[in-house]
Amino acid sequence: MMELDQSCSVLREYGSEQSLLSRPDGSSTFVQGDTSILAGVYGPAEVKISKEIYDRATVEVLIQPKMGLPSVRERAREQCVRETCEAALQLTLHPRSSLTVILQVVHDDGSLLACCLNAACMALMDAGLPMSLLFCGVTCAISREGQIITDPSAAQEKESQALLTFAIDSVERSVLMSSTSGSFSVHELQQCIAVSQKASEQIFQFYRDSVKRRYSKIQ
Amino acid sequence: MAAGFKTAEPLEYHRSFLKENCRPDGRELGEFRPTTLNISSISTADGSAMVKIGNTTVICGIKAELTTPPSDAPNKGYIVPNVDLPPLCSSRFRAGPPGEQAQAASQFIADVIESSDLINMEELCIEKAKLCWVLYCDIMCLDYDGNLLDACIIVLLAALKNAQLPEVTVNKETDLAEVDIQKKRRLKISRHPVGSSFAVFDDSIIIVDPTAEEESLSTALMTVVTDEEDRLCAVHKPGGTSLSGEKLQHCINRAITRNKEISKLVDKVIGSMKATK
Repeated sequence: MMELDQSCSVLREYGSEQSLLSRPDGSSTFVQGDTSILAGVYGPAEVKISKEIYDRATVEVLIQPKMGLPSVRERAREQCVRETCEAALQLTLHPRSSLTVILQVVHDDGSLLACCLNAACMALMDAGLPMSLLFCGVTCAISREGQIITDPSAAQEKESQALLTFAIDSVERSVLMSSTSGSFSVHELQQCIAVSQKASEQIFQFYRDSVKRRYSKIQ
Repeated sequence: MAAGFKTAEPLEYHRSFLKENCRPDGRELGEFRPTTLNISSISTADGSAMVKIGNTTVICGIKAELTTPPSDAPNKGYIVPNVDLPPLCSSRFRAGPPGEQAQAASQFIADVIESSDLINMEELCIEKAKLCWVLYCDIMCLDYDGNLLDACIIVLLAALKNAQLPEVTVNKETDLAEVDIQKKRRLKISRHPVGSSFAVFDDSIIIVDPTAEEESLSTALMTVVTDEEDRLCAVHKPGGTSLSGEKLQHCINRAITRNKEISKLVDKVIGSMKATK
Protein backbone atom coordinates (compact mmCIF):
# COMPACT_ATOMS: atom_id res chain seq x y z
CA MET A 1 0.00 0.00 0.00
CA MET A 2 1.18 3.47 -0.78
CA GLU A 3 1.64 6.20 1.74
CA LEU A 4 0.20 9.66 1.69
CA ASP A 5 3.58 11.38 1.64
CA GLN A 6 4.82 9.64 -1.47
CA SER A 7 2.04 10.96 -3.62
CA CYS A 8 2.34 14.24 -1.72
CA SER A 9 -0.36 15.89 -3.84
CA VAL A 10 1.73 16.72 -6.87
CA LEU A 11 -0.31 18.85 -9.18
CA ARG A 12 0.76 19.71 -12.67
CA GLU A 13 1.68 23.32 -13.28
CA TYR A 14 -1.41 25.44 -13.07
CA GLY A 15 -2.26 29.01 -13.77
CA SER A 16 -5.16 31.34 -14.29
CA GLU A 17 -6.13 34.70 -15.69
CA GLN A 18 -9.23 36.68 -14.75
CA SER A 19 -11.29 39.38 -16.54
CA LEU A 20 -9.92 38.57 -19.95
CA LEU A 21 -13.23 38.88 -21.80
CA SER A 22 -15.09 42.18 -22.00
CA ARG A 23 -18.71 41.07 -22.44
CA PRO A 24 -19.30 38.63 -19.57
CA ASP A 25 -19.74 39.91 -16.00
CA GLY A 26 -16.93 37.65 -14.94
CA SER A 27 -14.45 35.55 -16.87
CA SER A 28 -11.39 33.44 -16.33
CA THR A 29 -9.14 30.83 -17.84
CA PHE A 30 -7.74 27.98 -15.83
CA VAL A 31 -4.86 25.89 -17.08
CA GLN A 32 -3.70 22.64 -15.47
CA GLY A 33 -0.84 21.10 -17.43
CA ASP A 34 -2.15 21.00 -20.99
CA THR A 35 -5.82 21.06 -19.93
CA SER A 36 -7.28 24.51 -20.43
CA ILE A 37 -10.77 25.92 -19.83
CA LEU A 38 -12.16 29.34 -20.62
CA ALA A 39 -15.07 30.41 -18.42
CA GLY A 40 -17.57 33.25 -18.59
CA VAL A 41 -20.31 34.21 -16.13
CA TYR A 42 -23.38 36.27 -17.00
CA GLY A 43 -25.66 37.42 -14.26
CA PRO A 44 -27.66 38.19 -12.29
CA ALA A 45 -29.80 38.76 -15.37
CA GLU A 46 -33.35 38.28 -16.50
CA VAL A 47 -34.59 34.70 -16.44
CA LYS A 48 -36.95 32.82 -18.73
CA ILE A 49 -40.40 32.59 -17.10
CA SER A 50 -40.40 28.80 -17.32
CA LYS A 51 -37.11 28.58 -15.40
CA GLU A 52 -37.89 31.26 -12.82
CA ILE A 53 -37.62 30.26 -9.15
CA TYR A 54 -39.47 32.63 -6.82
CA ASP A 55 -37.03 32.62 -3.89
CA ARG A 56 -33.63 32.24 -5.52
CA ALA A 57 -31.60 32.61 -8.70
CA THR A 58 -31.60 29.96 -11.41
CA VAL A 59 -28.12 28.67 -12.21
CA GLU A 60 -27.32 27.35 -15.64
CA VAL A 61 -24.02 25.78 -16.60
CA LEU A 62 -23.05 25.12 -20.20
CA ILE A 63 -19.99 23.11 -21.13
CA GLN A 64 -18.91 23.53 -24.72
CA PRO A 65 -16.61 20.78 -25.97
CA LYS A 66 -13.61 21.60 -28.14
CA MET A 67 -15.21 19.91 -31.14
CA GLY A 68 -18.79 19.10 -32.03
CA LEU A 69 -21.96 19.57 -30.05
CA PRO A 70 -22.34 18.95 -26.30
CA SER A 71 -23.28 15.29 -25.69
CA VAL A 72 -24.73 13.33 -22.79
CA ARG A 73 -21.29 13.25 -21.11
CA GLU A 74 -21.20 17.05 -21.06
CA ARG A 75 -24.73 17.12 -19.60
CA ALA A 76 -23.60 14.92 -16.71
CA ARG A 77 -20.60 17.20 -16.10
CA GLU A 78 -22.82 20.28 -16.30
CA GLN A 79 -25.04 18.82 -13.59
CA CYS A 80 -22.04 18.27 -11.31
CA VAL A 81 -20.66 21.79 -11.83
CA ARG A 82 -24.09 23.41 -11.52
CA GLU A 83 -25.00 21.77 -8.24
CA THR A 84 -21.56 22.60 -6.82
CA CYS A 85 -22.00 26.26 -7.81
CA GLU A 86 -25.49 26.25 -6.29
CA ALA A 87 -24.04 25.06 -2.98
CA ALA A 88 -21.38 27.78 -2.99
CA LEU A 89 -23.41 30.78 -4.20
CA GLN A 90 -25.84 32.69 -2.01
CA LEU A 91 -28.68 32.39 -4.48
CA THR A 92 -31.41 33.73 -2.22
CA LEU A 93 -29.90 37.21 -2.60
CA HIS A 94 -30.96 37.28 -6.26
CA PRO A 95 -34.46 35.83 -6.49
CA ARG A 96 -36.12 35.52 -9.92
CA SER A 97 -32.90 36.02 -11.85
CA SER A 98 -30.52 33.89 -13.83
CA LEU A 99 -26.83 33.14 -13.46
CA THR A 100 -25.21 31.51 -16.46
CA VAL A 101 -21.76 29.94 -16.38
CA ILE A 102 -20.28 29.04 -19.74
CA LEU A 103 -17.26 26.76 -19.81
CA GLN A 104 -15.44 26.42 -23.11
CA VAL A 105 -13.01 23.51 -23.32
CA VAL A 106 -9.88 24.87 -24.97
CA HIS A 107 -7.83 21.71 -24.60
CA ASP A 108 -8.47 18.43 -22.80
CA ASP A 109 -5.50 16.57 -21.39
CA GLY A 110 -7.10 14.86 -18.41
CA SER A 111 -8.70 16.11 -15.16
CA LEU A 112 -11.24 18.02 -17.23
CA LEU A 113 -14.02 18.16 -14.63
CA ALA A 114 -11.61 19.41 -11.95
CA CYS A 115 -10.36 22.10 -14.31
CA CYS A 116 -13.97 23.10 -15.14
CA LEU A 117 -14.70 23.52 -11.43
CA ASN A 118 -11.61 25.65 -10.87
CA ALA A 119 -12.33 27.84 -13.89
CA ALA A 120 -15.97 28.25 -12.80
CA CYS A 121 -14.94 29.28 -9.28
CA MET A 122 -12.42 31.82 -10.59
CA ALA A 123 -15.04 33.28 -12.96
CA LEU A 124 -17.65 33.51 -10.18
CA MET A 125 -15.10 35.32 -8.01
CA ASP A 126 -14.33 37.67 -10.89
CA ALA A 127 -18.03 38.43 -11.36
CA GLY A 128 -18.16 39.41 -7.68
CA LEU A 129 -21.14 37.23 -6.88
CA PRO A 130 -21.86 36.63 -3.19
CA MET A 131 -20.60 33.20 -2.16
CA SER A 132 -20.64 31.46 1.19
CA LEU A 133 -17.57 29.38 0.35
CA LEU A 134 -15.10 28.73 -2.44
CA PHE A 135 -14.57 25.37 -4.07
CA CYS A 136 -11.91 23.67 -6.11
CA GLY A 137 -11.75 20.47 -8.11
CA VAL A 138 -9.14 17.73 -7.70
CA THR A 139 -8.91 14.57 -9.77
CA CYS A 140 -7.18 11.44 -8.46
CA ALA A 141 -6.37 8.41 -10.56
CA ILE A 142 -5.65 5.04 -8.97
CA SER A 143 -3.10 3.24 -11.12
CA ARG A 144 -3.14 -0.53 -11.62
CA GLU A 145 -0.40 -0.84 -8.99
CA GLY A 146 -2.63 0.91 -6.48
CA GLN A 147 -0.74 4.20 -6.52
CA ILE A 148 -2.71 7.43 -6.29
CA ILE A 149 -1.85 10.05 -8.90
CA THR A 150 -3.29 13.52 -8.41
CA ASP A 151 -4.21 15.65 -11.40
CA PRO A 152 -3.56 12.93 -14.01
CA SER A 153 -2.99 13.63 -17.70
CA ALA A 154 -5.17 11.97 -20.34
CA ALA A 155 -2.59 9.19 -20.82
CA GLN A 156 -2.47 8.50 -17.07
CA GLU A 157 -6.28 8.50 -16.92
CA LYS A 158 -6.40 5.85 -19.62
CA GLU A 159 -3.92 3.64 -17.77
CA SER A 160 -5.70 3.93 -14.42
CA GLN A 161 -8.14 1.44 -12.93
CA ALA A 162 -10.25 4.11 -11.24
CA LEU A 163 -10.69 7.84 -11.57
CA LEU A 164 -12.18 10.02 -8.83
CA THR A 165 -12.97 13.72 -9.03
CA PHE A 166 -13.90 15.71 -5.95
CA ALA A 167 -14.96 19.27 -5.32
CA ILE A 168 -13.54 20.41 -1.98
CA ASP A 169 -14.95 23.37 -0.07
CA SER A 170 -12.71 26.05 1.37
CA VAL A 171 -14.29 26.22 4.82
CA GLU A 172 -14.30 22.69 6.21
CA ARG A 173 -12.25 21.05 3.43
CA SER A 174 -15.03 18.52 3.02
CA VAL A 175 -16.38 16.91 -0.11
CA LEU A 176 -18.99 18.96 -2.01
CA MET A 177 -19.13 16.86 -5.15
CA SER A 178 -17.83 13.46 -6.06
CA SER A 179 -17.84 11.76 -9.42
CA THR A 180 -16.08 8.46 -9.97
CA SER A 181 -15.44 5.81 -12.57
CA GLY A 182 -13.89 2.39 -12.16
CA SER A 183 -14.04 0.26 -9.03
CA PHE A 184 -12.06 0.87 -5.86
CA SER A 185 -12.11 -0.10 -2.19
CA VAL A 186 -13.42 2.00 0.70
CA HIS A 187 -9.85 2.43 1.94
CA GLU A 188 -8.74 3.79 -1.44
CA LEU A 189 -11.66 6.21 -1.47
CA GLN A 190 -10.74 7.60 1.94
CA GLN A 191 -7.10 7.92 0.85
CA CYS A 192 -8.08 9.76 -2.32
CA ILE A 193 -10.24 12.16 -0.31
CA ALA A 194 -7.34 12.84 2.06
CA VAL A 195 -4.95 13.42 -0.86
CA SER A 196 -7.46 15.74 -2.55
CA GLN A 197 -7.97 17.72 0.63
CA LYS A 198 -4.24 18.20 0.86
CA ALA A 199 -4.00 19.24 -2.79
CA SER A 200 -6.90 21.65 -2.35
CA GLU A 201 -4.82 23.68 0.14
CA GLN A 202 -2.44 24.54 -2.70
CA ILE A 203 -5.25 25.62 -5.00
CA PHE A 204 -6.98 27.70 -2.34
CA GLN A 205 -3.67 29.39 -1.59
CA PHE A 206 -3.36 30.08 -5.32
CA TYR A 207 -6.87 31.62 -5.35
CA ARG A 208 -5.92 33.78 -2.39
CA ASP A 209 -2.63 34.94 -3.95
CA SER A 210 -4.19 35.74 -7.31
CA VAL A 211 -6.98 37.79 -5.72
CA LYS A 212 -4.47 39.58 -3.52
CA ARG A 213 -2.26 40.38 -6.49
CA ARG A 214 -5.18 41.67 -8.46
CA TYR A 215 -6.62 43.99 -5.85
CA SER A 216 -3.26 45.29 -4.62
CA LYS A 217 -2.78 46.89 -8.05
CA ILE A 218 -6.02 48.88 -7.90
CA GLN A 219 -6.20 50.96 -4.70
CA MET B 1 -54.66 20.91 9.67
CA ALA B 2 -51.66 18.72 8.99
CA ALA B 3 -52.35 18.89 5.24
CA GLY B 4 -52.38 22.70 5.39
CA PHE B 5 -49.12 22.76 7.34
CA LYS B 6 -47.55 20.39 4.83
CA THR B 7 -48.52 22.58 1.86
CA ALA B 8 -47.59 25.90 3.43
CA GLU B 9 -44.32 24.90 5.12
CA PRO B 10 -43.11 21.64 3.58
CA LEU B 11 -39.60 21.94 4.99
CA GLU B 12 -40.79 22.63 8.55
CA TYR B 13 -43.25 19.77 8.18
CA HIS B 14 -40.42 17.37 7.32
CA ARG B 15 -38.16 18.77 10.03
CA SER B 16 -40.79 18.11 12.69
CA PHE B 17 -40.73 14.44 11.72
CA LEU B 18 -36.96 14.18 11.38
CA LYS B 19 -36.59 15.63 14.89
CA GLU B 20 -38.37 12.51 16.14
CA ASN B 21 -36.15 10.25 13.99
CA CYS B 22 -38.93 9.25 11.65
CA ARG B 23 -40.36 10.37 8.31
CA PRO B 24 -43.80 11.47 7.12
CA ASP B 25 -44.46 8.07 5.53
CA GLY B 26 -43.71 6.25 8.79
CA ARG B 27 -40.24 5.05 7.87
CA GLU B 28 -37.13 5.32 10.00
CA LEU B 29 -34.22 7.42 8.68
CA GLY B 30 -32.27 4.40 7.47
CA GLU B 31 -35.17 2.42 6.08
CA PHE B 32 -35.81 1.71 2.41
CA ARG B 33 -39.29 1.54 0.96
CA PRO B 34 -40.54 -1.96 0.10
CA THR B 35 -38.88 -3.08 -3.12
CA THR B 36 -40.64 -5.45 -5.49
CA LEU B 37 -39.26 -6.98 -8.65
CA ASN B 38 -40.94 -8.60 -11.61
CA ILE B 39 -39.10 -10.17 -14.54
CA SER B 40 -40.11 -11.05 -18.08
CA SER B 41 -42.65 -8.24 -17.87
CA ILE B 42 -42.42 -7.56 -21.62
CA SER B 43 -42.78 -10.78 -23.62
CA THR B 44 -41.58 -9.29 -26.91
CA ALA B 45 -38.27 -8.04 -25.49
CA ASP B 46 -35.13 -10.20 -25.28
CA GLY B 47 -35.00 -9.47 -21.58
CA SER B 48 -37.09 -7.29 -19.31
CA ALA B 49 -37.83 -6.43 -15.72
CA MET B 50 -39.91 -4.06 -13.68
CA VAL B 51 -39.03 -2.75 -10.26
CA LYS B 52 -41.00 -0.78 -7.71
CA ILE B 53 -39.41 1.04 -4.81
CA GLY B 54 -42.40 2.39 -2.93
CA ASN B 55 -44.30 4.31 -5.61
CA THR B 56 -41.34 4.70 -7.94
CA THR B 57 -41.85 2.34 -10.86
CA VAL B 58 -39.23 1.67 -13.49
CA ILE B 59 -39.41 -0.79 -16.38
CA CYS B 60 -36.54 -1.97 -18.56
CA GLY B 61 -36.61 -3.76 -21.89
CA ILE B 62 -33.54 -5.15 -23.62
CA LYS B 63 -33.31 -5.35 -27.37
CA ALA B 64 -30.38 -7.29 -28.78
CA GLU B 65 -29.21 -6.52 -32.29
CA LEU B 66 -26.35 -7.74 -34.42
CA THR B 67 -23.87 -5.16 -35.56
CA THR B 68 -20.23 -4.65 -36.43
CA PRO B 69 -17.94 -4.08 -33.41
CA PRO B 70 -16.57 -0.57 -32.81
CA SER B 71 -13.23 -0.10 -34.56
CA ASP B 72 -11.40 0.88 -31.36
CA ALA B 73 -12.41 -2.41 -29.67
CA PRO B 74 -12.91 -5.00 -32.43
CA ASN B 75 -13.23 -7.92 -29.99
CA LYS B 76 -16.01 -6.42 -27.88
CA GLY B 77 -19.74 -5.93 -28.07
CA TYR B 78 -21.40 -3.02 -26.34
CA ILE B 79 -24.37 -1.92 -24.25
CA VAL B 80 -26.37 1.25 -24.87
CA PRO B 81 -28.40 2.24 -21.83
CA ASN B 82 -31.03 4.92 -22.11
CA VAL B 83 -33.14 6.37 -19.30
CA ASP B 84 -36.41 7.94 -20.34
CA LEU B 85 -38.43 10.21 -18.07
CA PRO B 86 -41.69 10.71 -19.97
CA PRO B 87 -44.24 13.38 -18.97
CA LEU B 88 -46.42 10.52 -17.72
CA CYS B 89 -44.26 9.83 -14.69
CA SER B 90 -44.30 13.25 -13.06
CA SER B 91 -45.49 16.81 -13.66
CA ARG B 92 -41.90 18.01 -13.50
CA PHE B 93 -41.03 16.45 -16.86
CA ARG B 94 -42.16 17.91 -20.17
CA ALA B 95 -42.52 16.23 -23.53
CA GLY B 96 -39.75 16.71 -26.05
CA PRO B 97 -36.04 15.94 -26.05
CA PRO B 98 -34.68 14.36 -22.83
CA GLY B 99 -33.99 16.84 -20.06
CA GLU B 100 -30.86 17.18 -17.97
CA GLN B 101 -31.93 14.67 -15.34
CA ALA B 102 -32.70 11.96 -17.90
CA GLN B 103 -29.40 12.53 -19.70
CA ALA B 104 -27.42 12.57 -16.47
CA ALA B 105 -29.13 9.33 -15.38
CA SER B 106 -28.32 7.67 -18.74
CA GLN B 107 -24.69 8.68 -18.40
CA PHE B 108 -24.60 7.45 -14.80
CA ILE B 109 -25.98 4.04 -15.78
CA ALA B 110 -23.44 3.81 -18.63
CA ASP B 111 -20.66 4.66 -16.16
CA VAL B 112 -21.87 2.02 -13.71
CA ILE B 113 -21.90 -0.64 -16.44
CA GLU B 114 -18.36 0.28 -17.41
CA SER B 115 -16.91 0.61 -13.91
CA SER B 116 -18.49 -2.49 -12.44
CA ASP B 117 -17.52 -4.87 -15.30
CA LEU B 118 -21.09 -6.11 -15.14
CA ILE B 119 -20.63 -8.16 -18.30
CA ASN B 120 -17.48 -9.28 -19.99
CA MET B 121 -17.98 -7.33 -23.22
CA GLU B 122 -15.79 -9.80 -25.10
CA GLU B 123 -18.53 -12.39 -24.66
CA LEU B 124 -20.85 -10.22 -26.71
CA CYS B 125 -18.49 -10.49 -29.65
CA ILE B 126 -19.31 -13.25 -32.14
CA GLU B 127 -16.55 -12.77 -34.66
CA LYS B 128 -13.71 -10.36 -34.25
CA ALA B 129 -14.11 -7.10 -36.18
CA LYS B 130 -17.11 -8.56 -38.01
CA LEU B 131 -20.06 -9.32 -35.82
CA CYS B 132 -21.10 -8.59 -32.27
CA TRP B 133 -24.16 -8.03 -30.13
CA VAL B 134 -25.34 -4.60 -29.11
CA LEU B 135 -27.77 -4.54 -26.20
CA TYR B 136 -30.12 -1.57 -26.16
CA CYS B 137 -31.34 -1.27 -22.57
CA ASP B 138 -34.26 1.13 -22.55
CA ILE B 139 -35.24 2.10 -19.05
CA MET B 140 -38.49 3.95 -18.68
CA CYS B 141 -39.88 5.51 -15.54
CA LEU B 142 -43.62 4.99 -15.16
CA ASP B 143 -44.05 6.66 -11.79
CA TYR B 144 -41.49 9.09 -10.41
CA ASP B 145 -41.37 9.25 -6.64
CA GLY B 146 -37.67 9.78 -5.98
CA ASN B 147 -34.68 7.47 -5.93
CA LEU B 148 -34.59 6.96 -9.68
CA LEU B 149 -30.96 5.84 -9.87
CA ASP B 150 -31.33 2.92 -7.41
CA ALA B 151 -34.38 1.69 -9.27
CA CYS B 152 -32.58 1.98 -12.63
CA ILE B 153 -29.61 -0.09 -11.46
CA ILE B 154 -31.79 -2.86 -10.00
CA VAL B 155 -34.00 -3.00 -13.08
CA LEU B 156 -30.99 -3.10 -15.41
CA LEU B 157 -29.36 -5.90 -13.44
CA ALA B 158 -32.55 -7.97 -13.35
CA ALA B 159 -33.30 -7.40 -17.05
CA LEU B 160 -29.77 -8.42 -18.06
CA LYS B 161 -30.05 -11.54 -15.90
CA ASN B 162 -33.36 -12.29 -17.56
CA ALA B 163 -32.09 -11.73 -21.10
CA GLN B 164 -31.59 -14.65 -23.46
CA LEU B 165 -29.69 -14.40 -26.70
CA PRO B 166 -30.06 -16.85 -29.60
CA GLU B 167 -26.99 -18.65 -30.80
CA VAL B 168 -25.33 -17.09 -33.84
CA THR B 169 -22.78 -18.67 -36.10
CA VAL B 170 -21.05 -17.17 -39.09
CA ASN B 171 -21.21 -19.31 -42.18
CA LYS B 172 -17.66 -19.58 -43.54
CA GLU B 173 -18.71 -19.94 -47.17
CA THR B 174 -21.37 -17.29 -47.54
CA ASP B 175 -19.97 -15.04 -44.80
CA LEU B 176 -23.49 -14.53 -43.51
CA ALA B 177 -24.72 -14.79 -39.93
CA GLU B 178 -27.02 -17.69 -39.11
CA VAL B 179 -29.27 -17.27 -36.12
CA ASP B 180 -30.57 -20.33 -34.29
CA ILE B 181 -33.71 -19.13 -32.50
CA GLN B 182 -34.21 -22.51 -30.83
CA LYS B 183 -30.92 -22.42 -28.97
CA LYS B 184 -30.95 -19.59 -26.48
CA ARG B 185 -28.44 -18.87 -23.78
CA ARG B 186 -28.34 -16.49 -20.88
CA LEU B 187 -25.78 -13.74 -20.44
CA LYS B 188 -23.01 -14.27 -17.95
CA ILE B 189 -23.39 -11.55 -15.36
CA SER B 190 -20.12 -11.45 -13.46
CA ARG B 191 -20.82 -8.66 -10.98
CA HIS B 192 -23.82 -7.46 -8.97
CA PRO B 193 -23.72 -3.69 -8.64
CA VAL B 194 -26.45 -2.27 -6.39
CA GLY B 195 -26.96 1.40 -5.62
CA SER B 196 -28.15 3.15 -2.49
CA SER B 197 -29.26 6.75 -2.54
CA PHE B 198 -29.08 9.18 0.32
CA ALA B 199 -30.45 12.66 0.87
CA VAL B 200 -28.93 15.19 3.26
CA PHE B 201 -31.31 17.40 5.24
CA ASP B 202 -30.13 20.62 6.86
CA ASP B 203 -26.48 19.73 6.19
CA SER B 204 -26.45 17.01 8.85
CA ILE B 205 -29.34 14.53 8.84
CA ILE B 206 -28.95 11.69 6.36
CA ILE B 207 -31.95 9.74 5.14
CA VAL B 208 -31.91 6.80 2.74
CA ASP B 209 -34.15 6.19 -0.25
CA PRO B 210 -35.65 9.71 -0.50
CA THR B 211 -39.08 10.25 -2.05
CA ALA B 212 -39.51 12.91 -4.76
CA GLU B 213 -40.63 15.42 -2.13
CA GLU B 214 -37.68 14.67 0.14
CA GLU B 215 -35.33 14.97 -2.84
CA SER B 216 -36.58 18.44 -3.70
CA LEU B 217 -36.34 19.67 -0.11
CA SER B 218 -32.95 18.16 0.68
CA THR B 219 -29.69 20.09 0.39
CA ALA B 220 -27.69 17.30 -1.24
CA LEU B 221 -28.14 13.89 -2.84
CA MET B 222 -25.68 11.04 -3.07
CA THR B 223 -25.68 7.60 -4.66
CA VAL B 224 -23.20 4.90 -3.65
CA VAL B 225 -22.89 1.81 -5.85
CA THR B 226 -21.19 -1.27 -4.43
CA ASP B 227 -20.64 -4.75 -5.79
CA GLU B 228 -20.85 -8.11 -4.04
CA GLU B 229 -17.18 -7.96 -2.99
CA ASP B 230 -17.88 -4.68 -1.16
CA ARG B 231 -15.85 -2.71 -3.67
CA LEU B 232 -17.23 0.67 -4.69
CA CYS B 233 -18.24 1.12 -8.32
CA ALA B 234 -19.43 4.69 -8.01
CA VAL B 235 -19.71 7.41 -5.39
CA HIS B 236 -21.87 9.91 -7.19
CA LYS B 237 -22.60 13.15 -5.44
CA PRO B 238 -23.48 15.75 -8.03
CA GLY B 239 -23.04 18.69 -5.67
CA GLY B 240 -24.99 20.20 -2.83
CA THR B 241 -23.79 20.68 0.72
CA SER B 242 -20.63 19.01 1.92
CA LEU B 243 -20.38 15.70 3.72
CA SER B 244 -17.82 14.72 6.36
CA GLY B 245 -15.71 11.57 6.23
CA GLU B 246 -17.62 9.73 8.98
CA LYS B 247 -20.98 10.44 7.37
CA LEU B 248 -19.63 9.10 4.09
CA GLN B 249 -18.40 5.94 5.82
CA HIS B 250 -21.84 5.50 7.40
CA CYS B 251 -23.47 5.76 3.96
CA ILE B 252 -21.04 3.23 2.47
CA ASN B 253 -21.79 0.74 5.26
CA ARG B 254 -25.51 1.11 4.64
CA ALA B 255 -24.91 0.62 0.89
CA ILE B 256 -23.05 -2.64 1.57
CA THR B 257 -25.96 -4.12 3.58
CA ARG B 258 -28.40 -2.90 0.93
CA ASN B 259 -26.38 -4.74 -1.72
CA LYS B 260 -26.88 -8.04 0.14
CA GLU B 261 -30.64 -7.46 0.45
CA ILE B 262 -31.09 -6.64 -3.23
CA SER B 263 -28.78 -9.40 -4.49
CA LYS B 264 -30.89 -11.86 -2.51
CA LEU B 265 -34.08 -10.42 -3.99
CA VAL B 266 -32.77 -10.57 -7.57
CA ASP B 267 -31.48 -14.14 -7.16
CA LYS B 268 -34.77 -15.24 -5.62
CA VAL B 269 -36.86 -13.75 -8.43
CA ILE B 270 -34.59 -15.11 -11.17
CA GLY B 271 -34.58 -18.50 -9.41
CA SER B 272 -38.36 -18.64 -9.15
CA MET B 273 -38.60 -18.02 -12.88
CA LYS B 274 -36.35 -21.00 -13.62
CA ALA B 275 -38.32 -23.19 -11.21
CA THR B 276 -41.66 -22.54 -12.91
CA LYS B 277 -40.29 -23.41 -16.36
